[in-house]
Amino acid sequence: MTLEIIGISVLWLFLFGYVIVASIDFGAGFFNAYSLFRGKQHILTRIIQRYLSPVWEVTNVFLVFFFVGIVGFFPKTAYYYGTILLVPASIAVVLLAIRGSYYAFTTYGGLRQKRWTYLYGLSGLFIPASLSIVLTISEGGFVSEGSAGLELDYWALFTSPLTWSIVVLSLAAVLYISAVFLTWYANKANDEPATELLRKYALIWAVPAIVTATGIIVELRDHNPEHFSRLMDLWWLFGISFILFAGTVYLIWKREMYGLAFGLLAGQFLVAFFAYGISHYPYLLYPYLTIYDGFTNEAMAIALIIAFIAGLGLLLPSLYLLLRLFLFNKDYVQGKRDDHA
Amino acid sequence: MGNEESVFFSRVLTELTLSFHIIYATIGVGIPLMIMIAQWVGIKKQDEHYILLARRWTRGFVITVAVGVVTGTAIGLQLSLLWPNFMELAGNVIALPLFMETFAFFFEAIFLGIYLYTWDRFENQKKHMLLLIPVAIGSSFSAIFITIVNAFMNAPQGFDIVNGQLVNINPILAMFTPAMPTKVAHVLSTAYMTSAFVLASIGAFRLLKGSNHIYHKKALLLTMKIGLIFSIATAVIGDFSGKYLAEYQPEKLAAAEWHFETKEGAPLMLYGVLEDGEVKYAIKIPYALSILAHSNPNAEVIGLDQFPEDEIPPLYIHYLFDLMVTIGMWMTALSLIYVLGTWFKMRFVKSKWFRWLIVLGGPLSIIAIEAGWWFAEVGRQPWILRGIMRTEDAATSSGQVDLMLLLFAGLYLVLAIGSIIVLTRMFRKNPVEQELADRELEKEGELR
Repeated sequence: MTLEIIGISVLWLFLFGYVIVASIDFGAGFFNAYSLFRGKQHILTRIIQRYLSPVWEVTNVFLVFFFVGIVGFFPKTAYYYGTILLVPASIAVVLLAIRGSYYAFTTYGGLRQKRWTYLYGLSGLFIPASLSIVLTISEGGFVSEGSAGLELDYWALFTSPLTWSIVVLSLAAVLYISAVFLTWYANKANDEPATELLRKYALIWAVPAIVTATGIIVELRDHNPEHFSRLMDLWWLFGISFILFAGTVYLIWKREMYGLAFGLLAGQFLVAFFAYGISHYPYLLYPYLTIYDGFTNEAMAIALIIAFIAGLGLLLPSLYLLLRLFLFNKDYVQGKRDDHA
Repeated sequence: MGNEESVFFSRVLTELTLSFHIIYATIGVGIPLMIMIAQWVGIKKQDEHYILLARRWTRGFVITVAVGVVTGTAIGLQLSLLWPNFMELAGNVIALPLFMETFAFFFEAIFLGIYLYTWDRFENQKKHMLLLIPVAIGSSFSAIFITIVNAFMNAPQGFDIVNGQLVNINPILAMFTPAMPTKVAHVLSTAYMTSAFVLASIGAFRLLKGSNHIYHKKALLLTMKIGLIFSIATAVIGDFSGKYLAEYQPEKLAAAEWHFETKEGAPLMLYGVLEDGEVKYAIKIPYALSILAHSNPNAEVIGLDQFPEDEIPPLYIHYLFDLMVTIGMWMTALSLIYVLGTWFKMRFVKSKWFRWLIVLGGPLSIIAIEAGWWFAEVGRQPWILRGIMRTEDAATSSGQVDLMLLLFAGLYLVLAIGSIIVLTRMFRKNPVEQELADRELEKEGELR
């Protein structure tokens, strides 16, 4: 295994972590707003607040970790993606900022207004949409390198069906992941009505999630044949992912073992995410940048990997403690304890 | 938009983001230590008031952390978005501390969540306090790692450039630049100092606005003591910073001091204005610059005459430098008088006018932080990486920076207003007297 592969694998794993925890967070905000809109807020709010409160800050760090890490391991991405993404990334940051701060403002500061709940819910959909555009751009075809530097062709980007299918996939996936997780969480809290409602959401969003994911593979055939053929080589990985998906839906349908259902879902996304990543290899940005010509020097790569291992040694036990105290603590989950400062 | 305009707007946007972020970042680094001290004193003295102090500070802290996190994310991304050429080079050499900063922050975020939601969960208060240690360590180490990157920008080392290629890269050497020890120490001690004075300012304000509760008096004395200790530390570190500058960045020191000609026994210029290249109305302290730079009244101090015109930082940094130092000295004196005055039971420290001075000290300390960072950043110009890369060569070629500037300006306005409203509301709705009474009732309820 080369240093390049280790580097990109570590980053990809953290991005996967972000996709899962952020999806739960974004989806929760949306369901909360939606239930308020439908006058069913009493069912969901408590369970969602209970989950989000101690972990919201941690979510953001996964993202920061990814983009700091990628500039460290692949400094050329700073030049390529930094130049291209000024507008989309800035918009995403502004949305993330509003979302993060209003969460704190409303939860700890008592600023409770319907308006903010709606804004908060909607921002959770716009953020994945604007972030997923980066994946579309990485497929190539929207960036040109001229005398004035790199140029992003917004018109081509926003009229491409690929862009919009990836946006729809990101939204469907966010809502699906979130609904499955929250079903499990509500069930742990012995909250019957919330479990039922969330279970319904999970089943509804399972369909568009799998349909758009398949659709994107088909669209890539025209947009980026090279990537498409590499995807086809990995068909068996996508097959495994689909089986895991079917398992989740079955368990949710049968109202059985919600914890396992979420585990299968995490597996489904992990396999698909890595299959996509592997097929993208070696390109970071078609056709300009590969992980080999964008890579940092050896000394830095080794230093970063050592720092990463040391960091994990610190983080994993802490994360475990966090989960044990809140996510897997019966009294906390069921609302028997609230020791907020 | 031409390249010149992109450079200009990139600089303005970065300055705006940093100026806004640094307020929350400074508080975010300093307050955990204050909470820890208050909780520790509370446990030691078995005094409910200090424990409640820690608890109320924590609540406010969460709000400032939230804004600090999101603006920190913004500057983290903006570095790559606005300065892609710089980050490409920096990524190769100084990525390690940036990477470690995310770990430090991760660590802090996890334990802050735990600390926040486990008040009263433990029988033993000490166990709960232990959870704060990783928060304080994480936040201080975040500051250390980021300052290391800034130190690198001022005194780059740990690599060579041969035919435009980076070679012999040593990430560890790049972290431990000559600028690093003084810069890191200065950032940390001023963060603690500023946080203490901001909290003191709030305590003094409550006392002026009618509440005469002993709780606020305890808070005031505690924070003024901490502020005094760290302002003395800051003054000592400041002296070392002067010596560092004289040795490694003489043009920055010379520009800050309006020291034009290289000479021995150089005087220090305080205040004054610059008219047609001449210093007027300045207070001249003989030999003081030589002492500051080399601890020797007769030592030679390099002046601006040794540098080409286009490598000299803007001369207005003199005002920023003076502003920072003046406020620092003023706060040291103010806290010293307060602590001594309380000690010897002098009455004027409890008078209205003196308390107003303490209230003023909070905003003044924040201004000093801003002036200090503007001085640090403008004083490095025209370089983004001193001697290696000019700021104008580092910026993005994108034409939409001006729009992004408006977008972010709007964001910061919303965040500033939001955090102020939420913080004032939070404490106004639940004054200390009320909370102490509630806790009394709660305890009685438990006993029955």
